[in-house]
Amino acid sequence: MLIALLVMIGLALLLGIVLGYSALKFKVEGDPLVDKIDAILPQTQCGQCGYPGCKPYATAIANGEADINQCPPGGEPGMLALADLLGVEPKPLNAEHGLPKPKAVAFIDENTCIGCTLCIQACPVDAILGAAKQMHTIIASECTGCELCLAPCPVDCITMEVIPEKVGNWKWRYPVIEIKTVDEMKAA
Amino acid sequence: MISNLLNLTGLFKFHGGVHPPEHKLESTTAPIRVIAMPATLVLPLRQHVGNLPKIRVQVGDRVLKGQLLAEAEGSVSAAVHAPTSGVVMSIEEQLIPHPSGLPDICITLQPDGEDRWIARKSVNWRETDRQVLVASLRESGVVGMGGAAFPTQIKLRPNGKSSVHTLIINGAECEPYITCDDLLMRERANEIVKGIEVAQYLLGAERCIVGVEDNKPEAAAAMRDAAAKSAIKIEVEVVPTLYPSGDARRLIHIVTGIEVPSDKRSTDVGVQVFNVATVTAVYRYFEFGEPALSRIVTVTGNVRQPGNFEVPFGTSVSRLLEAAGGSLPGTHDLVMGGPMMGFSLPSSAVPVTKATNCIIAGAPELFPPPPPAMPCIRCARCADACPVSLQPQDLYWFSKSDNFEKARDYKLFDCIECGCCSYVCPSHIPLVQYYRYAKSEILAADRAKQAANLARERNDFRLARIEREKQERAAKHAAKAGGAKAEAGVDDDAKKAAIAAAMARAQAQKAEVVPQNTTDLPAAVQNEIAEIDARRGDVLEEKQDN
Amino acid sequence: MSQSPYISGSTSVSVIMLKVLLALVPGIAAYVWAFGSGVLVSLVLASATALVSEAIMLKLRQRPVVPFLLDGSALVTGVLLALALPPLAPWWLVVVGTLFAIVIAKQLYGGLGYNPFNPAMVGYAVLLISFPAIMTQWPAPLSLAHTQLGFADQLHFIFSRALPDGVGLDAISSATPLDYLKTQLKLQHGVAEISQAPLFGALGGKGGEVVVGAYLLGGLYLLQQRIISWHIPTAFLLALAVLAAGFHMVDPAHYASATFHLFSGASLLCAFFIATDPISGPTTPKGKLIFAAGIGLLTWLIRTYGGYPDGVAFAVLLMNICVPLIDAYTQPRVFGHAK
Repeated sequence: MLIALLVMIGLALLLGIVLGYSALKFKVEGDPLVDKIDAILPQTQCGQCGYPGCKPYATAIANGEADINQCPPGGEPGMLALADLLGVEPKPLNAEHGLPKPKAVAFIDENTCIGCTLCIQACPVDAILGAAKQMHTIIASECTGCELCLAPCPVDCITMEVIPEKVGNWKWRYPVIEIKTVDEMKAA
Repeated sequence: MISNLLNLTGLFKFHGGVHPPEHKLESTTAPIRVIAMPATLVLPLRQHVGNLPKIRVQVGDRVLKGQLLAEAEGSVSAAVHAPTSGVVMSIEEQLIPHPSGLPDICITLQPDGEDRWIARKSVNWRETDRQVLVASLRESGVVGMGGAAFPTQIKLRPNGKSSVHTLIINGAECEPYITCDDLLMRERANEIVKGIEVAQYLLGAERCIVGVEDNKPEAAAAMRDAAAKSAIKIEVEVVPTLYPSGDARRLIHIVTGIEVPSDKRSTDVGVQVFNVATVTAVYRYFEFGEPALSRIVTVTGNVRQPGNFEVPFGTSVSRLLEAAGGSLPGTHDLVMGGPMMGFSLPSSAVPVTKATNCIIAGAPELFPPPPPAMPCIRCARCADACPVSLQPQDLYWFSKSDNFEKARDYKLFDCIECGCCSYVCPSHIPLVQYYRYAKSEILAADRAKQAANLARERNDFRLARIEREKQERAAKHAAKAGGAKAEAGVDDDAKKAAIAAAMARAQAQKAEVVPQNTTDLPAAVQNEIAEIDARRGDVLEEKQDN
Repeated sequence: MSQSPYISGSTSVSVIMLKVLLALVPGIAAYVWAFGSGVLVSLVLASATALVSEAIMLKLRQRPVVPFLLDGSALVTGVLLALALPPLAPWWLVVVGTLFAIVIAKQLYGGLGYNPFNPAMVGYAVLLISFPAIMTQWPAPLSLAHTQLGFADQLHFIFSRALPDGVGLDAISSATPLDYLKTQLKLQHGVAEISQAPLFGALGGKGGEVVVGAYLLGGLYLLQQRIISWHIPTAFLLALAVLAAGFHMVDPAHYASATFHLFSGASLLCAFFIATDPISGPTTPKGKLIFAAGIGLLTWLIRTYGGYPDGVAFAVLLMNICVPLIDAYTQPRVFGHAK
């Protein structure tokens, strides 16, 4: 009886040491959780989640202060990816933070722009080219569509233009197999 | 694989492949016909893989045959030339042959009927420096004519890393219905051989092999005869008819046994492949100074007189169908390309481009509508048929459930979309459609990820810049101490005042943007305006009464 | 608008299932010749139950009924189960087994293409475990039976369990060769002595070996028609034969020969019809070899050391569990990749 007990304790200690040693010796250095979350977020830097940018939101999620359904530009795929990463249940996007919109790019009406640089200061990714009293213009390829430049503009000269689907960015659709008769097809 | 060990023919066999009914005889009975110049030519800018060329003409310009309309931009790009002399009617979006059915920028030309050439110059290419020749190809507009439309000058560049030891000319034409390369080989074998000589000179290849499927005996014979007359040694290999042996990597494997690694180009293993029509176009550019202006197109299927035509780029497909005797009743679809890899055209009002090898008028007898798809029964006939030895059923499950990471792991991007898997599926699942969708989504997601990474970097840099500026300002303030504080305050107020003034000016400007043409009008006009206002008043009254 | 490919050279699921049924016809004919026409009743019962239960389940799952019924997969499941069960089994045994196979093992997993386990084998295993006594009541081969029942009597027996006057159960039933082998080996008789019993024919059990030979013919037809590939039958039969022959060579008294194992029980039925079920099997060629070899190994083990006379059903089900793993590790080399 005593021997059995000693053997079991000895085994437990041995295995515990082996496991502990392996945990330290073979530890894989992974990204900290905040970076992993940030890698999923779309980097629009719009602030709709309630945080001043994607990194602060990622930090908040990692600390458990924010929920995963507060990012409209990431949309449902983004929320699902976060749910997958964190191992939590997916939930519908929180409409209080805004709804997903088609990707748009800002456009400055050059007739009205007064060169005040307020939008340049507001843009989180420095996508507006210009200087004081000089014409401002949006660098379309860098614009994330965050809309932070719309509010500061004193003359309301910035509009959001939805990116149209052209031959260059067209995507094949998910296959939907139509079941039509030959006559219906001929009539079409 | 075992047949490779008992290799008696010297040829190799790839895994899988299918034997669809060929339907080639319909369009090979007559020689190549030349089509009369149509009334309009619509030339899309996007006829090749790579950057769009830069437009060099304006609406109203008179152009000559072979004149440069758009210049190649960047290293991977091709030029567009006028197929005949005429006037530039418009430069705007028109319907193009593309599976999306979306329009794209096109230069519309109205031929003047005179067909006047630019001043052409031929080049003694055997005595000219290779680099100069290849550089000049940038303005030739020649792209791959097998359907891939890759700018040819890129493929003829002497590669710094390894030289090309084997040149393969692709005359396999494995897809059913398409016969343009077959007829080109039968009728213009001498030009093709001259093209091979040019390519061999440019690449310095030791071996030149022409691959022809065994369902084209006349073409093979013609090529053999022409090759015998050539100064260099050109081998004509007749390969067994098996779809898709015309795929470049498959053909390389069949003819040389070399398996080009998936992440490398064929030139990295010393092999380059060109379509028969492409080398012919290169030859004609050097020998006669003729840029790419036309190509052979097979018109077949549900048409009265199927056949092959020499067609100037920009000719509308409806014009082509007319030339083939018109489409027969029952035609419900127009397919560009072959039945395995082609796509449906949005209408017959689209132009023929550099990539248009075949137009098939589809009818229910030729292309019966598929039965509804059943669930996958895991029979793996698709895996047996796949020429790339992929697992199409796995790729199907992953693509269907949007599991794109797994799809990529199972080598989705090695899929050549040949259609063999869909062809053999007993459940009639449109497998290739799922792969196209998945590839589209993955590429778009990758682009979005790249853009997001860039945005993150820019945001990080901006935050760092603001931090840096704050610290610089703090340092400056600390240095200046007392008096500086008051100045800073004044600066702020002055700024605010300036902003308020600017806002006021802008508001005034907006308010001032009124029509300038209502003051100082002549009396007659003022009377007219009064009359119209009166009438408007009456109409409004009438409306209120009713 | 449709997309390429615009042409198709494929067969269809219904044609495949039809050819499987055709391939079973010689086997069924031999069965009737060797054991009487009772098996036809089981076949009809099983087929009818399969089709009706599949139709009801499809309706409940709001799926189109006619296309799925016409694909013939339910019919094949029913027929295979009926061939695996004792021919004079009570009608409710056949019905319960088929219901289990179709409703639970097939439809509740998602219907055609989604079942991870072979439905017929699930039905058989459920019956074997729940009703072991009845499942071991096999009729004697007609050439050996004391009494031969007419078709009407067989029908009556299947539905009411009542035999004609004067006929006892012993008169019409006997142990199967595998069952007999197992019990006799436990009683310390040697294999050579056992195989002298009248129950045994030249290769396997009398009567049974003819049926099995007919299954082989059907299997060869399937191979020629390219409905199945050579991998699974060859690997299964080879594994079974090699194991049996190996042990028989070492200890002929205690282990039956390879021919005996191959020609008795459900070996050949399994090799060509059961293990080759595409839906519950692996998709890669190497995977099929491993899968089938595993079934062969397990069948031999269960027959020799296990508690049941024939191990095919459990062997198939156990290997079905391993299929995803087998598939993951036997992915063939893709063109242009090192491995």
